[in-house]
Amino acid sequence: MGKAILEAKGISKFFHDPNTIKVLDGISFTLEKGEFVSITGKSGCGKSTLLYILSTMDTDYEGDLFIDGQSMRNRKEKELARVRNAQIGFVFQFHYLLNEFNVLRNVMLPGLKLGVLTEEEIEHAAINKLKILGIENEALKMPNQLSGGQKQRVAIARALINDPLIIMGDEPTGNLDKKNSEIVFDIFQELATNYQQSLLIVTHDQEFAARTKRIIEMEDGRIIN
Amino acid sequence: MKLKLLASISISLLVARWRQTLVAAVGVTFSITMFIALLSFMAGLNAMLDGLIINRTAHIRLYNEIQPSSFQPIEHYGPLENGHHFIRSIKPKNDRMGIYNSAAITETLKHDKRVMGVAPKITTQVFYNVGATDLAGVINGIDVDAETKLFSFKDYVVQGNYIDLKNTPNSIVLGKGAAEKMLVQLGDVIQISTPKGEQFQLKVVGFFQSGLQEIDKVQSYCSTQTTQKILGESNTFMSDIQMKLVDINMAPAMAKEYHKVFGIEAVDIQTANSQFETGTKVRTLISYVVGITLLIVAGFGIYNILNMMIYEKMDSIAILKATGFSGKDVNAIFIAIALSIGVFGGLLGLLFGFGLTALIDQIPFNTSALPTIKTYPVDYSMSYYIIASIFSVFTTYLAGFLPARKASRIDPVIIIRGK
Repeated sequence: MGKAILEAKGISKFFHDPNTIKVLDGISFTLEKGEFVSITGKSGCGKSTLLYILSTMDTDYEGDLFIDGQSMRNRKEKELARVRNAQIGFVFQFHYLLNEFNVLRNVMLPGLKLGVLTEEEIEHAAINKLKILGIENEALKMPNQLSGGQKQRVAIARALINDPLIIMGDEPTGNLDKKNSEIVFDIFQELATNYQQSLLIVTHDQEFAARTKRIIEMEDGRIIN
Repeated sequence: MKLKLLASISISLLVARWRQTLVAAVGVTFSITMFIALLSFMAGLNAMLDGLIINRTAHIRLYNEIQPSSFQPIEHYGPLENGHHFIRSIKPKNDRMGIYNSAAITETLKHDKRVMGVAPKITTQVFYNVGATDLAGVINGIDVDAETKLFSFKDYVVQGNYIDLKNTPNSIVLGKGAAEKMLVQLGDVIQISTPKGEQFQLKVVGFFQSGLQEIDKVQSYCSTQTTQKILGESNTFMSDIQMKLVDINMAPAMAKEYHKVFGIEAVDIQTANSQFETGTKVRTLISYVVGITLLIVAGFGIYNILNMMIYEKMDSIAILKATGFSGKDVNAIFIAIALSIGVFGGLLGLLFGFGLTALIDQIPFNTSALPTIKTYPVDYSMSYYIIASIFSVFTTYLAGFLPARKASRIDPVIIIRGK
């Protein structure tokens, strides 16, 4: 298949407070382009911790992380911010939309930050993304006027705006009911198949995980499957 | 592009919390308003109080001091080999009060570019004869035009017309205090006697009020010609030459120079009136301290509001950082918020400050001691506005600095995982 876009090499992490605990123990795996991967495991097995290391937000770890062939170790905070901006899209359990901005502006923000396209082009792209997610009619509403499922879809649109290499999700369906979870999963599925979008989703929803192409199962800081 | 984006985020955050923002801005506005009003008012008062003395005091005064000779005849002999001379009880010679060669000196000074104007003066002790008693007094013989031009003589003549002093021979402008003691009216004729015992009659053409009661009780003004006549001196006689300089700060140096060149005593305003400068400095210092304290208090207001905003907006900051905004960007956003509160509040403060100053300027302020002052004095100097603007921006920047740094250091992982 395609080339490796994300590669973890022996990633370990310790929590030092109150006692030193090894939460991740030599995690190694690769993610290829277009793969739809889920990470599952029980609460506290370190799957979210792993995701935040992979997302470059957490820099306190051992081992090495390559995104698009580039090592993420010993990078400056600003460079990492740039990597997150351009190559990683995030979807969290909570939508984290900015209430001060309307939906369209929320989606546009990472694109404006990247600053490659003009504002009009970004706006156009944002409307396209909203169309893919079927919520283009809500573009000019404020986030607090939307339902939970709609908000999560806006968050996905925001994650897509810079056409990232990979979309990372931390329990993206955790706060949603069955129907909305279904919608979000279908969107991910569609992104993976129709747009060759790589996805790395942390979830403890076994049903969700079972339908992804590849499952990484974790226990006590190790990959067991 | 990037700046525009950060600015738009700052503005949205500001608008979202417009009530708090407004309170913070009002704090800055209030402090800047008070700062300007306070300093303008204080400077106005200072100028007025100093003006009581400084406007009417020569920057440099040349005069002939009657003093014993500093060089004794025995010193022609050179240093003594086997002894030392002691000469005690040296007395001044019977010398004249006038300045030698006063006309030439005046002419030279008039051509000195550093000198704004020259006014000659003759000061003499007299006694006002009131019935059987004599009141001690001083008559200043002045050149009415020069005195008006340099020392605002006109402003201090509260009754009668100052120019009559020049046009009416043997006339006098009496100090208000002296006039009250003598119970004279305009147009009356008073009698004085000179130190030499000669008597002279003068017509009262005006009353003079300086605001300093001690002066008003003794001082009166005559024209130079009249005074020369009183003293029985020639028309070149002059006891003082007063001058105003273009730059008052040059007075000490120039006084020394004139002392050397003309060989007469020269005293500068700084030496003669050092206490006024000290008073002015202390008053100005106090008003600056109060003004800056106000600004610092306003700064704390901004600090609090930004801190609150950061706690409220933790999630937004976290997501901004997660989606690729660096700590620097977040820092810039909050600094921009602080500065816009400062600039907006500051600008309003400048306007209100000007308004309040103008209002103070309209409040009637009548006091018998200050005949020329009708309303509270204020100083509309541009410098207070500039200082206030700089300080408002500076303190709000400082107030925003710590919260902004805190926001920039927020770890998105902790916030997002905490949910």
